[in-house]
Amino acid sequence: MSYAWHWEVFLQPAASGDTTYLGWIVAGLETTVALSLLAWVIALVLGALFGVLRTVPSRLLRGIAAAYAELFRNVPLLVQLFFWYFVMPELLPTAWGDAIKQMNPFAQQFLAACVSLGLFTSARVCEQVRAGIESLPPGQRNAALALGFTLPQTYRHVLLPMALRLIVPPLTSEFLNTFKNSAVASTIGLLELAAQGRQLVDYTAQPYESFIAVTVLYMLINVVVMAGMHWVERKARVPGYVGGK
Amino acid sequence: MPSRRLLAVLCTLVAASAFGAEPTGTLKKIKDAGTISLGHRESSIPFSYYDDKQQVVGYSNELMLKAVDAIKADLKLPNLAIKYVPVTSQNRIPLIQNGTIDIECGSTTNNLERQKQVSFSDTIFIIGTRLLTKKTSGINDFPDLAGKNVVTTAGTTSERLLRKYNDEKKLGMNIISAKDHGESFLTLESGRAAAFMMDDALLYGELAKAKRPGDWHVVGTPMSREAYGCMLPKDDVAFKKVVDGALAKAMKSGEAEKIYVKWFMNPIPPKGLNLNMPLSDDMKALYKNPNDKALD
Amino acid sequence: MGYDFDWSSIPGALPFLWQGMTVTLEITLTAIAVGIVWGTLLAIMRLSPVKPLAWLAAAYVNLFRSIPLVMVLLWFFLIVPQLLEGVLGLAPGTDVRLASAMVGFALFESAYYSEIIRAGIQSVPRGQVGAALALGMTNAQAMRLVILPQAFRNMVPLLLTQAIILFQDTSLVYVSALADFFGAAYKVGDRDGRIVELLLFAGAVYFVISFSLSLLVKYSRRKTA
Repeated sequence: MSYAWHWEVFLQPAASGDTTYLGWIVAGLETTVALSLLAWVIALVLGALFGVLRTVPSRLLRGIAAAYAELFRNVPLLVQLFFWYFVMPELLPTAWGDAIKQMNPFAQQFLAACVSLGLFTSARVCEQVRAGIESLPPGQRNAALALGFTLPQTYRHVLLPMALRLIVPPLTSEFLNTFKNSAVASTIGLLELAAQGRQLVDYTAQPYESFIAVTVLYMLINVVVMAGMHWVERKARVPGYVGGK
Repeated sequence: MPSRRLLAVLCTLVAASAFGAEPTGTLKKIKDAGTISLGHRESSIPFSYYDDKQQVVGYSNELMLKAVDAIKADLKLPNLAIKYVPVTSQNRIPLIQNGTIDIECGSTTNNLERQKQVSFSDTIFIIGTRLLTKKTSGINDFPDLAGKNVVTTAGTTSERLLRKYNDEKKLGMNIISAKDHGESFLTLESGRAAAFMMDDALLYGELAKAKRPGDWHVVGTPMSREAYGCMLPKDDVAFKKVVDGALAKAMKSGEAEKIYVKWFMNPIPPKGLNLNMPLSDDMKALYKNPNDKALD
Repeated sequence: MGYDFDWSSIPGALPFLWQGMTVTLEITLTAIAVGIVWGTLLAIMRLSPVKPLAWLAAAYVNLFRSIPLVMVLLWFFLIVPQLLEGVLGLAPGTDVRLASAMVGFALFESAYYSEIIRAGIQSVPRGQVGAALALGMTNAQAMRLVILPQAFRNMVPLLLTQAIILFQDTSLVYVSALADFFGAAYKVGDRDGRIVELLLFAGAVYFVISFSLSLLVKYSRRKTA
């Protein structure tokens, strides 16, 4: 196969935006990182909340949390993304929907991607948190309650600190998944890394260079996140446990 | 190795010229496979799109089938199988290049830049790039787009023109690049964008599926004049000759005009709307004198 | 609520949607079958004492696990079809997109399956290998007759869970315009201007199927536990 490699294509001025094609890739990388980090924050907060609710004594709260987790776990991310982007604004009162639709398009796409990725991941985090709490010996909960802690205090000071430290390894893989899943946002036109890659194929006519560059960047993100989480894992390790689950 | 490859090429050439019948390149590939892969669009109304039975229909599609008939005759394969592959504006060029499709007749502009990557058949249509907008939007021409959300389709000439225009004139538009023309129109109709920039004929085509066609109109001084061609693998002279021959014959014999009338001056699927676009002087000249010139 | 629902597009589109569902299932089942076979081989390679084999398997698994599925599918759709046609000697007339989607998914999923299977193999106590070898079995026999059967029994719930994720992920063939179930639903919605209804319908169908399967996983977990 004869293919003319032109790596220097990235240094050429881009077709728009007063930058080079390298600039497009960097912009895509920034969007991917920002989107994934924000979605991860949403996922952690909601995941921890619903994970706790899945283990409380109240049947009603447990049921609500279970429904939440099952709903967001059993619908494909792509469908959820399209729901937040195409469907949600139509279901809101007309004035709200119109207000959303008149926002800057990048903001709309980013928002929809963030919400869908965050909620989708939160359902998975929720299951990990629940598993973490359930893996603790029941004596810990009982001891805390016997010491006069209220239930919220028991979770806040005893159960959650332990459970969260135990589930760092599975959370690491969910965190990595968040970055990878963020590429789905390219389907609604958000110019994150994968979308920039496709756009580069179109504009530069150098498909191999474009895809290789983007693929390598995803691998790089993976390495950096793994290194970071490895450090967290070491810090969070509970003495007396064999590290991880 | 190069010498051996050269030898192989020479042998093929000699064989081809000696017997005059042994196909090469794309024609050979089609013959060996017993199948031709046709690239089509999913929502380039009225050129190439799905009707309500999910069948591919349209003006370009019918011309492409004329070319397929000529290929069947040339290869003496009356039962050549046809495989349709949907393409988007953004992936059509790579898909021709990587051999997934052999020919694409849809709504692809023939320009000098693309000629570096693929070849084009004789022109099948001539368009101007304009704007579709709500009658009440107050937008009458391109300068009115300043500060607005404007949608266009990713991978089109319009996308490049609009970005350049926005950069040069510092209009501060937010440009949305949608996946295909259907999604662009959805973006416009749902109120996300104030205008949709695209080839005028496609804009009229999108109107044909609007919930309330009367609310919309096409405006603006054309930003460019462009010629549609069928996309073919680059520099395959023999294949191009067969396709061009079929297209030129259709245009000169009046068949092309009949197809035109069917798609531009009669009710068309999916909603039975009539685009009412009489044959332009450009198109009349083209039918009289078929050619493959890019207009840029 | 500012929206008038109109579900009338769906009944007429059911045959087309069903056709899409068969594509979805075809891809899912192929990827599971290939994923388990190739994943098992990768896992065995990775645990093999022959270092280069172990490195090769590790590199493969880490590569595929660090790239988004969307990128893998785009690679296979836009860049490698020619290669595929050559390597697999595809019969003329095969849908290259379906083939490339299947190969892309199968190679991608193998990496995930291999990790599950490796963990499963490692969960079998070491003494069993020793015992099998002491009984005069070869390494391969010990793996096939003693380790793998037990490992697979331990792994059933995880393998099924991965299958559910895979079933949902097949919707991403959207990037190659292949009409799987989601693609079909989107096309109908786009054509009729009824995206809202079709997306809600598609979401409901995915939910019902995935949720039923996950109940099955729970049941099997209780049974094997």
